[in-house]
Amino acid sequence: MEFFFEVLLGGLLAGVMYSLVAIGFVLIYKASGVFNFAQGSMVLFAALTFVSLLERGIPFWLTFGITMLTMVVLAWAIERFMLRKLVNRPPITLFMATLGLSYMIEGLAQAVWGAQVHGLELGISDEPLELGGMLLSQFDIFAAGVAGVLVIFLSWLFNKTRTGISLRAVADDQLAALAVGIKLQRIWLIVWAVAGFVGLVAGLLWGARLGVQFSLSLVVLKALPVLIIGGFTSIGGAIVGGLIIGASEKLAEVFIGPIIGGGIENWFPYVLALVFLLVRPAGIFGERAIERV
Amino acid sequence: MLYRESGQFISDYRADRRLFRLWQERAGFYLLLVFAFAVVPFIANDYWFSAILVPFLVLSLAGLGLNLLTGYAGQLSLGSAAFMAVGAFAAYNFHLRIEGLPFLLSFILGGVAAAGVGILFGLPSLRIKGFYLLVSTLAAQFFVQWVLTSVGWFSNNNASGVITAPPLLIWGRDFSSPAGRYLLTLAVVVALALLARNIVRSELGRHWMAVRDMDTAAAVIGIPILKTKLLAFAISSFFLGVAGALWAFTYLGTVEPHGFDLTRSFQILFIIIIGGMGSILGNFLGAAFIVLLPILLSNLSGTVLAGLIDPGQLENLQKIIFGGLIVFFLIKEPFGLARLWQNFRERSRIWPLRY
Repeated sequence: MEFFFEVLLGGLLAGVMYSLVAIGFVLIYKASGVFNFAQGSMVLFAALTFVSLLERGIPFWLTFGITMLTMVVLAWAIERFMLRKLVNRPPITLFMATLGLSYMIEGLAQAVWGAQVHGLELGISDEPLELGGMLLSQFDIFAAGVAGVLVIFLSWLFNKTRTGISLRAVADDQLAALAVGIKLQRIWLIVWAVAGFVGLVAGLLWGARLGVQFSLSLVVLKALPVLIIGGFTSIGGAIVGGLIIGASEKLAEVFIGPIIGGGIENWFPYVLALVFLLVRPAGIFGERAIERV
Repeated sequence: MLYRESGQFISDYRADRRLFRLWQERAGFYLLLVFAFAVVPFIANDYWFSAILVPFLVLSLAGLGLNLLTGYAGQLSLGSAAFMAVGAFAAYNFHLRIEGLPFLLSFILGGVAAAGVGILFGLPSLRIKGFYLLVSTLAAQFFVQWVLTSVGWFSNNNASGVITAPPLLIWGRDFSSPAGRYLLTLAVVVALALLARNIVRSELGRHWMAVRDMDTAAAVIGIPILKTKLLAFAISSFFLGVAGALWAFTYLGTVEPHGFDLTRSFQILFIIIIGGMGSILGNFLGAAFIVLLPILLSNLSGTVLAGLIDPGQLENLQKIIFGGLIVFFLIKEPFGLARLWQNFRERSRIWPLRY
């Protein structure tokens, strides 16, 4: 039983890392209705830029600032050269455009910074911490803390600031938001920049864990089932979805894996998400749209 | 002025049902077939056959399969490579385990097996659509790959899960030479492309397009949504399965489940975006583009830009160019290269007049 809880908690904490990536999706989906497949490459791009600058001897906070600036420039370029020209296109078209975008960002990141694996040291020891008889990774607890702060920051941004309220207005009804004088393009820029920021945070945590390398862009594939379970439009849902995926994935790997052969963590989240879809098509916290299928 | 339809009157139903109604189009099509079947085998060398023509044909067929599902029936899929894998491994096993099964029949059975799997993963499409459906197809992608890798039976207990194509013997003739492989692939692809062309203008094809454009309206006028969507998944997977079998048997010779990963699915999706959604010709244009561009780039960097681009950067450059092209096409020409060709045809009809 002890072992069960240890696996469960480890899975929950690992799930927080998935949530971090999923939050980036939710932000963009909420504000522009774009399912942004390039979020994974943005994570890679941010982490790679950060680590390369750090290796050139630039102090931590300055590096953070420069990387953030780069993400803003990237967001501006995406808005200016892609989104603005794809207004009023079907969502599927926008999705495919972000697929192309993700190829571009990946290529760009590796062309500029090279393809080798970088180690990233955030100064948090990865020694296991004993808590009530269970061994937990200190790093995972730190990551969970960061995710908590991020969620609080984002909900403050969305609920209390003027920008946040316009963001929600755009998410609710683009046309009506335009009619009351909200600048759509500015909102998109902001939301993509914030998604870039979330990507940077996720990239740093994932990078510290796995090393900064190409496979970082594949975390997008882990975030997809998280979104399905949590709903596309809810930040809280992304967190809960991440926890469910993380925990069930680890439990399945440990307890079911040996029975049917290992390596099931690649597809298990998807099958779980599929089951969820059949029961609750809008996810746990998603807005339920009435739609004929 | 280059060609026109004036003077060609359709006076009976047979003529009205023709695939190509204008004699110029028919002549062009037959000339192309004669060229591909009778001229190319004599002028192309082995490099062209095995590195360019065969992958081009197989990818065209795979694009065709996805296009039926995405371009005609409107269901987005990222699991194309999984269905190709099912086709390849099923064809291999049918050939291996049934004594004396004709080669072409094992291709078809491979396609049928893929169709079965396609129906299975298409079932969620009855309740969900759009991005949510993507998850179902991604589940297919990861699940199929895992099953093929971890269940040894599918690869005849090969230690690394690799299957090797048997000699390509059809009616006692050996098609193992590069030219033979090309002819075999060409014959299968042409037959299936004609079949697809006929399907999309049949009742079924019209049902697909109705569901794609507005499923509620389609249901209201009495189109059976369930049957239509599942048939789209089945037929699309059949084409992909045959393409997978060809990929394994006539192109690579040996193949492992890993060869059909998500990257391959993306590649096929890119073919139909660049080539043109909802077009049969577009798949061929898109596949040609996808096969030729990397070769062109590496040749360019080897000759014209020698020394300017280091070989390691070539792959990154290629990624940037592909990504950029996808975005460019989606912005400027959502119907892809096929629409450009159509525009050219319209132009040549009235040339040299403006309109």
